[in-house]
Amino acid sequence: MTGLVVSIKTEPNNMTKQAGWTGMSRRLGLIALLLLSTTSRAAYNLNFQEPATLLARNVYGMHIWMMWVCTVIFVIVFSVMFYSVFRHRKSLGGKPATFHESTKIEILWTVIPFIILIIMVWPVTQTLLAMRDSSSPDITIKVTGYQWKWGYDYLKGPGEGIKFTSVLTTPQDQIHNQAPKGEHYLLEVDKPMVVPVNKKIRILTTANDVIHSWYVPALAVKQDAVPGFIRDTWFKADREGVFRGQCAELCGKDHAYMPVVVEVVSEEKYAAWIAAQQQQMAASAGDQDKVWVLADLVKKGEAVYSQNCVACHQANGKGIPGVFPALDGSKIAIGAKAEHIKLVLGGKPGTAMAAFAGQLSDTELAAVTTYERNSWGNKTGEAIQPAEIKAAR
Amino acid sequence: MEATANGHAEAHGHGGQHPTGLLRWLTTTNHKDIGTLYLFFSFAMFLVGGVMALLIRSELFQPGLQIIEPERFNQITTLHGLIMVFGAIMPAFVGFANWMIPLQIGASDMAFGRLNNLSFWLLPPASLLLVTSLFVPGGAPGVGWTLYPPLSVQMGMGMDLAIFAVHILGISSILGSINIITTILNLRAPGMTLMKMPMFCWTWLITAYLIIAVMPVFAGAVTMLLTDRHFGTSFFSAAGGGDPVLFQHVFWFFGHPEVYIVILPGFGVVSQVIATFSRKRLFGYASMVYATASIAILSFFVWGHHMYTAGMPVTGQLYFMYATMLIAIPTGVKVFNWVATMWRGHLTFETPMLFSLGFIFLFTMGGFSGLVLAMTPVDVQMQDTYYVVAHFHYTMVAGALFSAYAGAYYWLPKWTGHMYNETLGKVHFWLTMVFFNMTFFVQHFLGLAGMPRRIPDYALQFAEFNKISSIGAFGLGLSQLLFLYVVITCIRGGAKASQKPWDGAEGLEWEVPSPAPYHTWETQPVVK
Repeated sequence: MTGLVVSIKTEPNNMTKQAGWTGMSRRLGLIALLLLSTTSRAAYNLNFQEPATLLARNVYGMHIWMMWVCTVIFVIVFSVMFYSVFRHRKSLGGKPATFHESTKIEILWTVIPFIILIIMVWPVTQTLLAMRDSSSPDITIKVTGYQWKWGYDYLKGPGEGIKFTSVLTTPQDQIHNQAPKGEHYLLEVDKPMVVPVNKKIRILTTANDVIHSWYVPALAVKQDAVPGFIRDTWFKADREGVFRGQCAELCGKDHAYMPVVVEVVSEEKYAAWIAAQQQQMAASAGDQDKVWVLADLVKKGEAVYSQNCVACHQANGKGIPGVFPALDGSKIAIGAKAEHIKLVLGGKPGTAMAAFAGQLSDTELAAVTTYERNSWGNKTGEAIQPAEIKAAR
Repeated sequence: MEATANGHAEAHGHGGQHPTGLLRWLTTTNHKDIGTLYLFFSFAMFLVGGVMALLIRSELFQPGLQIIEPERFNQITTLHGLIMVFGAIMPAFVGFANWMIPLQIGASDMAFGRLNNLSFWLLPPASLLLVTSLFVPGGAPGVGWTLYPPLSVQMGMGMDLAIFAVHILGISSILGSINIITTILNLRAPGMTLMKMPMFCWTWLITAYLIIAVMPVFAGAVTMLLTDRHFGTSFFSAAGGGDPVLFQHVFWFFGHPEVYIVILPGFGVVSQVIATFSRKRLFGYASMVYATASIAILSFFVWGHHMYTAGMPVTGQLYFMYATMLIAIPTGVKVFNWVATMWRGHLTFETPMLFSLGFIFLFTMGGFSGLVLAMTPVDVQMQDTYYVVAHFHYTMVAGALFSAYAGAYYWLPKWTGHMYNETLGKVHFWLTMVFFNMTFFVQHFLGLAGMPRRIPDYALQFAEFNKISSIGAFGLGLSQLLFLYVVITCIRGGAKASQKPWDGAEGLEWEVPSPAPYHTWETQPVVK
């Protein structure tokens, strides 16, 4: 019950800006839902997620309005049909009628639905035009879909220059039913996208490999991420909170495992977050110039491997025969460093092996290749330094 | 409609002029034999596709990975779609076309007998290719039945098997359609003008034109995939100057008419069944013909509604939204005409009528969810979620499959000479009705809540409805075995069927004996 009550309280007072989906329709719809669902636990959700933007609220109301139109037509048509089923049965006797056409009625039931559609379409058009107007944003963020994670690049506005990837953090043993599932199972990441509340955020989407789609239900945002092309969308969250979504275009084996998490915070918290990010980035930049000890590289490499390579090459380095090559005992991982670096940087076009040059830093690439060369049965004893990666780019 | 019938009551051909045994089925050019082959084949593929559905729903019974790894899950999902559309539902209606069109128009057979034989026998090897792709290195393609690149370009050799299979399935459909059009336009009995033809023939005539128009487009799309994969082209790769979204345009230009190809023959069946069991002529025959033609023509103009989130300009979204909404009108007209046919009729509710009523009720619900999806701002929320899955299962299962069952029960007496077990038929209907809704109604809510498609594992808030859906799916699947039992027992025996077991029926097929002799209408009737 609490969920519904809260939503009524936070409805905006100024509802005149968009065409009338909010207000009466929504209240009626909510009452209907209340009557229909004696429990409003998330488990038996009957409607969209709680909207967090004006447009999302708009879409929510629009859908309820459409459901009413459909319900009315449904009731009219099927009460006629069921009346017929009960009253025009052969067992009640009499004779069947013989009428079988009427031009007048055909015209009537063509024109009336047409008029209903026209009435529906005008406000929908207004909403769509608003959804596609991404002009004058406060912050612009480029979102890149990878197999199988998201990359966020703050391009313009406060926070510009911040860049990181966002990877699922649900542990494998939860997925394989060896540990109880956490509350945000499959919807949790290491680094969410953080944005300030009440600011217009323009999202540019693209992809590194195949088509993905960036989707956050509470923000009513979904935009395909097409490799080689840039699309855009936008949102302006009107309340703080954590909003979770998923990739919405089949992109390979881990399509279910690349969630989207957007954290909407106050402006002060956002400024603090920016400062923290910039500090972190400065620290790791320093990492790139120093000379690393083998053991440290391997340790860091194991973490990078588990986030980026384990999906295909597996934790034991043995891959999947016939599908993903083994790294344990592989000629490339034991052979010349240059070939190994080249493959990881550039990928293998036409296969699922992505080019990691754009996804990982020099330090991360140095660490993961060092890990591969010194793990399982591979014992080259060789370290690859970040400077070597930088030179090879 | 009056007719003078040819009275032969022989159950065999004259003097054993056709082979028997295996050779008979391999070389037959008889429309009844070929119809039977199509129907059995389609039901077998329906069971194969159904097993895949049960695998999917088993994995989705609970959050977490229990039975299949994600790559396999994607492969099973893809094959489920391809098999059901191209191996089950399309061949089923071609089977009906083969059996019934010559009977209904007073022709002795289809126009091209050997072409007909080829059209059928292309199907088993093609389907074998498709299913064996599961067992080659890399497995079947895990790309969804929509085959989008660049993902489909990444796939192993299973993708190539699927492309070849799809080519062969397409050729079969095109050849069959050429046969159907030529038959209907040229071999109608004297006096049967086009506007006196049964609705089933009309819907197939229009569907056949759709098939010829769009199957080659699908062939083009998958051929471009093949060349991108192996011959250095970059139709769908930005690096080479191409665009992945080009595939979506070409695919959906085929794909949208394809869904009307799947449903229009079903509309024809339902029109005839409702009229029969209402003991009243179909209301608005001319209107129904025009509505069907409008739906077919409009279907070419709306493909973009599958691509609202692909990044098209807002003008494109608006255009496709308006065009898509328009299709609701002729479809609505058809629903109103069916109800008007029932109105003040003399109704009885044998199994064909039950399935037809179930069809109208549930297909209309599918139509409503389609109308909701047509609205771009709402579609942005629903695209690629389970709301879409619910929509197309309502239209394709509760739509096409229910109308196929209606036709099967309706014409089984004519095919076999026996009445099927009416009680079991009704049980089959009610079980299917209940379990179908249990499986798919809750999926609307899953989509609204934000559950994406094509995922083997999901967040905890989706668990309850997935559990319900999976239980429903098992009930639905098992209930179809009852249909198999009803059909087999009907073939083997049962109450003898008269020439016209349904007293409200009209049409030339009811002027020949039950079972229909091997050769019928060798002398064409004259239609008044």
